[in-house]
Amino acid sequence: MASLFSGKILRRRARATQTERVRERRHEGFLRYAGFRWAKISGGLCLLVIVSYALIDVQPRPNGGSWYGYTLGTVGALLILWLTALGYRKRRMTRDYWSLKAWTSAHVYLGLSLIVIGTWHTGFQLGWNVHTLAWALMMLVILSGLYGVIVYATLPAALSNNRDQMTQMQMLEAIRAFDRQLHAAAQPLGAADTAPVLAALEEDPFAGGIRARLTGRYPRCATAAAQRALAAATGGEAEARAKVVALLTQKQAALARLRAHLRLRALLEVWLYVHVPLTFALIAALSAHVISVFFYW
Amino acid sequence: MSGLVRVAIIGSGPAGLSAAARAAQLGLSHVLLEKTDHLSDTIFKYQKGKRVLATPERLDLRSDCRFGEAARETILADWDADAAASKVEVVYNAEVVEVTGAKGAFEIRTAKGDTIAAEAIVLAIGTQGNPNRLRCPGNDLPHIIYQVDDPEDFKDRHITVVGSGDAGIENALGVAEEALENRVTILNRSKEFARAKAKNVADLTEAGENGTIDIRTETQPKLVEEGWLTLETPDGDERIACDTIVARLGSVAPRAFVEAMGIEFTGPDREAFPKLSPTFETSVPGLYVIGALAGYPLIKHCMNQGYDVVEFINGNTALTPADEKDLAAIFAGLPQEKSVSEWLDFLRARVRIFADVSPLQMREFMLDSTVGFYRQGEVVFEKGDPGSSLFAIAEGHAEVEVAPGVTVPIEEGSIFGEVGLISGRKRGATIRAGADSIFVEVSRTAALKLMAAVPGAKRAIDRISLERQLLQIFKGGLTVEDLAPVVEGAEVVRVPAGKVVLTEGDEGDDVYVIRSGSMVVEKDIGGKPIFLRYLPAGSYFGEMAVLSGEKRNATVKAAVGSEVIKLTGAGFKAMLAARPQVREATEAAVAERAAMNGFIESRKASYASAVDLYSDTASFIMKEGLGEATDALLIDENLCVGCDNCEKACADSHEGLSRLDREAGKTFAHLHVPTSCRHCEHPHCMADCPPNVIHRGPDGEVFMEPGCIGCGNCMRNCPYGVIRMEATPPPKPGLLSWLLLGRGPGPGEPSPKWTKKRLGEEKPKKIAVKCDMCKGIAGGPACVRACPTGAAIRVSPEEFLSIARLEEDAG
Repeated sequence: MASLFSGKILRRRARATQTERVRERRHEGFLRYAGFRWAKISGGLCLLVIVSYALIDVQPRPNGGSWYGYTLGTVGALLILWLTALGYRKRRMTRDYWSLKAWTSAHVYLGLSLIVIGTWHTGFQLGWNVHTLAWALMMLVILSGLYGVIVYATLPAALSNNRDQMTQMQMLEAIRAFDRQLHAAAQPLGAADTAPVLAALEEDPFAGGIRARLTGRYPRCATAAAQRALAAATGGEAEARAKVVALLTQKQAALARLRAHLRLRALLEVWLYVHVPLTFALIAALSAHVISVFFYW
Repeated sequence: MSGLVRVAIIGSGPAGLSAAARAAQLGLSHVLLEKTDHLSDTIFKYQKGKRVLATPERLDLRSDCRFGEAARETILADWDADAAASKVEVVYNAEVVEVTGAKGAFEIRTAKGDTIAAEAIVLAIGTQGNPNRLRCPGNDLPHIIYQVDDPEDFKDRHITVVGSGDAGIENALGVAEEALENRVTILNRSKEFARAKAKNVADLTEAGENGTIDIRTETQPKLVEEGWLTLETPDGDERIACDTIVARLGSVAPRAFVEAMGIEFTGPDREAFPKLSPTFETSVPGLYVIGALAGYPLIKHCMNQGYDVVEFINGNTALTPADEKDLAAIFAGLPQEKSVSEWLDFLRARVRIFADVSPLQMREFMLDSTVGFYRQGEVVFEKGDPGSSLFAIAEGHAEVEVAPGVTVPIEEGSIFGEVGLISGRKRGATIRAGADSIFVEVSRTAALKLMAAVPGAKRAIDRISLERQLLQIFKGGLTVEDLAPVVEGAEVVRVPAGKVVLTEGDEGDDVYVIRSGSMVVEKDIGGKPIFLRYLPAGSYFGEMAVLSGEKRNATVKAAVGSEVIKLTGAGFKAMLAARPQVREATEAAVAERAAMNGFIESRKASYASAVDLYSDTASFIMKEGLGEATDALLIDENLCVGCDNCEKACADSHEGLSRLDREAGKTFAHLHVPTSCRHCEHPHCMADCPPNVIHRGPDGEVFMEPGCIGCGNCMRNCPYGVIRMEATPPPKPGLLSWLLLGRGPGPGEPSPKWTKKRLGEEKPKKIAVKCDMCKGIAGGPACVRACPTGAAIRVSPEEFLSIARLEEDAG
């Protein structure tokens, strides 16, 4: 694939004896890559399909089984397989020149073009059969991918802002540090006040399930509960309690940062758990579709 | 002690032990004096089970003691056995405090008061010196230790670390590891940890905030007792529980002790070594210095010298050093037939910078150098090539291409390539052989050693480099004679990072040339300093005021610790007056700079926020130390989704270890500087590498060749914390077998748990691991190739802070 992406890349030859090395210095995101090269290619492809569909008079009517339908179907099926290969490309660190950004860019725009290629391939004949199942799965994969593009374009800045130069390990360490301080500060408290603090200490910052992770809402947060309980409590050891309440408030802030971090990361990743399995379902349905078409030739 | 011995050897490390073993084998009367109660204290103190490496591999071992790569225990046991087998006369617990007398009748006095009479003395005491002790009562108690071999030796104890340097902080952090359950206190006499690296201070502060280390500033020990330590604090005395005291108060270098014997050093600098003859004899006849103290930190060198020095003392003048065949190989490709010593004399006679070099030093320099024969017209290097070695012309001459088609000759005996050596930047001009010539290429490390050891060589190199730099800047039309008035009054000024060299609005007409480091130019616009330009080494500034006669129109300050050459305005003007075409060229350059300043000022009016962002980003980048970077990884956090594919790609492109930590590091306006190598202009990691395996490669990358001994100096010297000490993990199953069958840990660096399970009991050696910019990989740096969104870029500061970027931002 390397030759496809050789465009305006800074190449240089260090010395005659050295291997030629490529250095990508341009600062642009995957959507804008090479001046929207893949958006243009993909748009052109869609336009070609729509115009040719209108111009070519397939008899008796536009159909997936016509020569035109077969052409679109073959292009679409090959595209689907190639788009799936991104998962392999991403993880395979070969030594030749390729840019995953270029692959992502092509993946996004060519993937979107499948809406046109796949739908026009059907000739708008949809029904309750394995063929339409493949089409529907394809549309779902594209939709989940579209969500992915949107979160990739919008969430990173929020992730960066929330992190505020801290690493995830440092966030966890900060919470553990508050726990240690809480443990020491809660020693003078009575049994009734100690129980909620102990619950807060035992709380696992990662617990809460998928729902809490995605919404960032933790209604059963033991730290928040302990903070409420102790703030409302009265009786002896008021000074120690005030110190514990202050620490609980600080821990809550640290927890909020970590939870926001985990939420953003989850939102950036969750769609892959739809996109990838659906892709394999799509490939299965597509195989069934292709085999059945040829079986009933 | 009875009788006069033929040779007394002080220090029983590899060098001393090898010397004593040789003396014993030759049947010479001898004595080996050791300060402690065991042989080879430095290696004895290594961490348990540490692998000791035997580099350089090409050098043959010549000693009566065995040595090869092995665990510390094996090596020490071998040496004990070899010393016994050779019947070496060792005196333990004999710390030498004074040496008097002269050749044939030296008298050595030990701390215990014994005296030993010797005809000759071999000094092999290394460079470790003696650690400074606590100065309070109780400082002789056994629970005070001076180093921490393995933090895991300490569990559930009260530990107090005294000392605020890197060693103290690193020890404190080591024993404060949560699982060890120690209660750790660190004492600092002053308020700040000023002597330590920023990263260590940050880690310590964090540990203090987390409560894992109790940091006590303005506090010092007052009284040491078994189990307790009394502290002198600003609020009065305090007694704390303390089972172990780790004292890291630096050490006394052995130099004063050595000089007291009358031995002369090559210079006043810290890097200087004793002056030695080819037989390791010092300026005091009969007194010999070998090993680390003589400037040879590697064990194999030390052992060979031990053998050689005793042979020399015994009158064996025919002995050639063990490196003879290596030197012979260096001269092998040359057209003339000469012996190694004839070649060395030839070079010393021909090349000016080698004139003051002793024959022993010359051998050493040549081992780090190559000698090449070049046909007339052959290219030595091209403009823009990376390279930091220095070339000397032993025969023939060189031609410098100062402009296309314009060449200037460099005569026999002179040097070239010094710009790369001094500034660490790429080659400034193409050089060809002007006739059939012999050039000596001296590696950067050897050249720096030469400059430190031989003052005459340093002066020659400095003068030539200034002339060349000026010729380069004012391309063509100038001769060395024209430069005379400028060079005469020139002065090299060191500028610490952040220091202002020129202030906007001041009078003054001095012109400055940046010799090393880099500068930033700022202008006060609307009450705020606005970044105008980044000036890398080799640029000049201050010329505007000379030409216009007006006040300084911008402020210039050092982005990193730099060296500038100050030229007087008068000399500069005289030079311009003599050469009108140079004046025109300079005026044109000034006009271009002025136009760019004007552009930024005009943008400031219409796009204030874009200019502010550009300026603030530039300040951030400089604050992060990127002013000394040549190629750094930056991450645009508007695009980074946190997939860590960069780290995984890095690990998978190398031997399974990632050289970058994406998440760590500072961020400004969504621009993130991750923890990864910046390939500094003058790499700090190169400063002290005993096996000398860190080099700058052809693409400008700073990389490590095999041969690391795992000493950790580079890791400690790197101010950016980008070097890890790590063992190579075992190979993983392939990608497909992970994807399809779920075998192995998958892409990226395997977890320590997986590695441990795979290796079982085996503990592989840890060596330094750093970014090599994917050296030798045709596709280029993997981190950037593997970024799915285009967030990761690799740039040099001048590329990143280009005006194009501002235009892009301003739209």
